Amino acid sequence: MDKAVENENPELLADFQAKVDAEIKIEPKDWMPDAYRKHLIRQMSQHAHSEVIGMQPEGNWLTRTPSLRSKKILLAKIQDEAGHGLYLYSATETLGISRDTLVQWLHEGRAKYSSIFNYPSLTWADIGAIGWLVDGAAIVNQVSLQKTSYGPYSRAMVRICKEESFHQRQGYEILVRLMNGTKEQRDMAQDAINRWWWPSLMMFGPHDADSPRSSLALKWKIKRETNDELRQKFIDKTIPQAELIGLTVPDPDLYLQDNGSYKFGEIDWEEFRNVINGNGPCNKVRLANHIKAHQEGKWVREAAIAYAERKQSQKLTA
Amino acid sequence: MSDNQGPLWEVFIQTKPGLPHKHAGSLHAYDADMALKNARDLYTRRAEGTAIWVVLSENIHAIQEEGNSDYFEPATDKIYRHPTFYELPEGIKHM
Repeated sequence: MDKAVENENPELLADFQAKVDAEIKIEPKDWMPDAYRKHLIRQMSQHAHSEVIGMQPEGNWLTRTPSLRSKKILLAKIQDEAGHGLYLYSATETLGISRDTLVQWLHEGRAKYSSIFNYPSLTWADIGAIGWLVDGAAIVNQVSLQKTSYGPYSRAMVRICKEESFHQRQGYEILVRLMNGTKEQRDMAQDAINRWWWPSLMMFGPHDADSPRSSLALKWKIKRETNDELRQKFIDKTIPQAELIGLTVPDPDLYLQDNGSYKFGEIDWEEFRNVINGNGPCNKVRLANHIKAHQEGKWVREAAIAYAERKQSQKLTA
Repeated sequence: MSDNQGPLWEVFIQTKPGLPHKHAGSLHAYDADMALKNARDLYTRRAEGTAIWVVLSENIHAIQEEGNSDYFEPATDKIYRHPTFYELPEGIKHM
């Protein structure tokens, strides 16, 4: 038996697995193995933190968008990311953990967020690359997660997927416009793709053979497809979109196989581990910004509590 | 004074006039006014609703079939409540 469940009641565990196998969603009050709960808390809070931290590289360009139209669109997209973070925090809380604890774990470095957001957004083309590639990769992952076995997570994913395709299109549109522009603009777009391509592929995580937690997550249908399957799907969808507007991805080993799927070069896993372990270009500033915003919002939360308490006591004495 | 994000509220959205309100999700807010405004910003950014209810999560009482099958049993043993239970003569119309 798997070590992760050796202390569980075998009968309850068997019932649980039967439900999962029958595609019956697990709901907050249902019995679940401790390891299932822990895996979900880790994965869902990491997902929530990613949505929230992901606002920073995009917010970086809000004051410098090329037009009012693109400013309004970017603002709406960033607001969606905040919303996605909130859906996911609420869904995570159904597992019996408070939002304050989740935020605290992020600040203490005990919880992670997607390492993609530790790269800087250097030019306006990066906003295009983030929408098209980063959100594009997130969509592939999230479409798969709509079928996850945990009910609240699945419902949050359905809602998020409905909103996410606008994000990818706004990113692609930015790149289309640049590719129809001057040589300088085309170079800027290509440069953004050169920097964001490999980190986007890393978003799917390590190869299946090096992904220790995957087997239980697949058995319990938290994850429905493996890292490598999802990565391949993303690549196969994305390469034709790049070619259509004259962009190339920085992979000399990439070619189209006879089966219609792309073979791609080896990912630099050392860079991946390095960024995950806190040594990416922006790890420190992303976390510092979040901590600062949280601390500077403290008086607002306190004032809101005081106001609510005073209104409550006025009601009682009236 | 505590520093937290306020109590949890459940949000119910009516997608069109005349339809029932449906559970959309939950959120944190310090009072009902704030919960309604947060619900508008969080769950109806794309005109998903014509009306919103918010209820403190602690005020919702629930029971589910799993582990309580006796509780829901009376519904399953009265099959004569379903119209398909009845045998009707061939050729009957509008019933």
